[in-house]
Amino acid sequence: MDLLSVEHLSKQYKKTQKQGGFSLQNISFSVPAGYICGYVGRNGAGKTTTLNAIMHLVRPDSGEVLIDGVSFEEDPVSYRRQIGYVGDASYFPKDFTLRDIREILADFYPSFDMKNFDRLAARWELPAKPKIKTYSRGMKVKLMFASVLARDTKILILDEATNGLDPMMRNELLAMLQEYVEDGNHSILFSTHNMEDLQDIADYIFFIEEGRKVFFQAKDELLEEYLLVRGGLSDLTPELTGRLTGIQKNEFGFSALYPVAENCVPPAGLLSEKPTVDEIIVHMLRQMRETV
Amino acid sequence: MKIIISSQSELPIYAQIEEEIKNQILDGTIPEGTLLPSIRKLARETGVSVITTTRAYSDLESRGYIASQPGRGSIVLPQDNKLLREQYRKEIKEDLTHAVAAARQTGMDRQEFDSLLDSVWDS
Repeated sequence: MDLLSVEHLSKQYKKTQKQGGFSLQNISFSVPAGYICGYVGRNGAGKTTTLNAIMHLVRPDSGEVLIDGVSFEEDPVSYRRQIGYVGDASYFPKDFTLRDIREILADFYPSFDMKNFDRLAARWELPAKPKIKTYSRGMKVKLMFASVLARDTKILILDEATNGLDPMMRNELLAMLQEYVEDGNHSILFSTHNMEDLQDIADYIFFIEEGRKVFFQAKDELLEEYLLVRGGLSDLTPELTGRLTGIQKNEFGFSALYPVAENCVPPAGLLSEKPTVDEIIVHMLRQMRETV
Repeated sequence: MKIIISSQSELPIYAQIEEEIKNQILDGTIPEGTLLPSIRKLARETGVSVITTTRAYSDLESRGYIASQPGRGSIVLPQDNKLLREQYRKEIKEDLTHAVAAARQTGMDRQEFDSLLDSVWDS
């Protein structure tokens, strides 16, 4: 059962059209219940536009989004309540205090659990009295997470949400995200331009570039498709070059992706290792730039 | 049960989990009949994706180390010595096939391969 399903989502921005034109083109993917999907791409690739379309903050030209099988048009209230959204920037009014926000959320969401909220706020040492505008970036992020995790949701939509968190907090948050999906009835979609510590917990990776899907697949499969090879420039024979993806050269050597295939190992003398998701993406982007 | 995952390892994470559990089944640390933690619990505890732990368990199942029943979890199967020997034989053959393929790829001759094998055997 898919908790999130995005079907043929397209959006054309007229304003920026003159400056090269940004559009989202026919984006389709789904996240099954109990799994975590990373939505990865460069700045400006279309990540936030996709997430905003899911959140109904922008209106797509065409396509449909279903949360637990229900579209926004069918039932806007339930659609909104099923989603917990944490954005890159704080969406709380600056002059409000944590207490104000707590009251509003309790009014707005029937499932909002004040005790749970207080527990999270205490654990993350969020002060109740100062206005939100005095909060640090990390504190604002913690407040958004506390407000979302304190109520019943089916899916978390996280837009660059771990930016600005210290390593300790990131670590704690990862554990909470895994706890969230553990019962198999919740899912997470997070966008990021930097996979780092999210790599391990992601089940699926969607890679977007210039508004189009590059790939959408299980992370473990993706990681098995390539080796990262490094070598000296003299190792780059025409035969090897033809086989490599996204060759990145410097004065003293190169790195590239080597597609893994049966009975086909990288030539001796090259250093080969397991790539990270970020390394795969960087080399793919390089390849795409070169073939344009 | 102990599971340690290395980010430096040549093995993918699912294979590391598989190895750790397999070794503990074989040396008796995890006795037959033990109910293993659920796929989802293992994923959360070790900080890896659910797909990764699912793969580890399904491999262990297909190799006859555990049996999984929907709703009941995964149970460690008794390890028959003869079967075990056969299993090892298969794995050794697989590893050797890889080694020979790599040797051929790099143009190594039989004699050089044998002496390499000897040095590994004696080490």
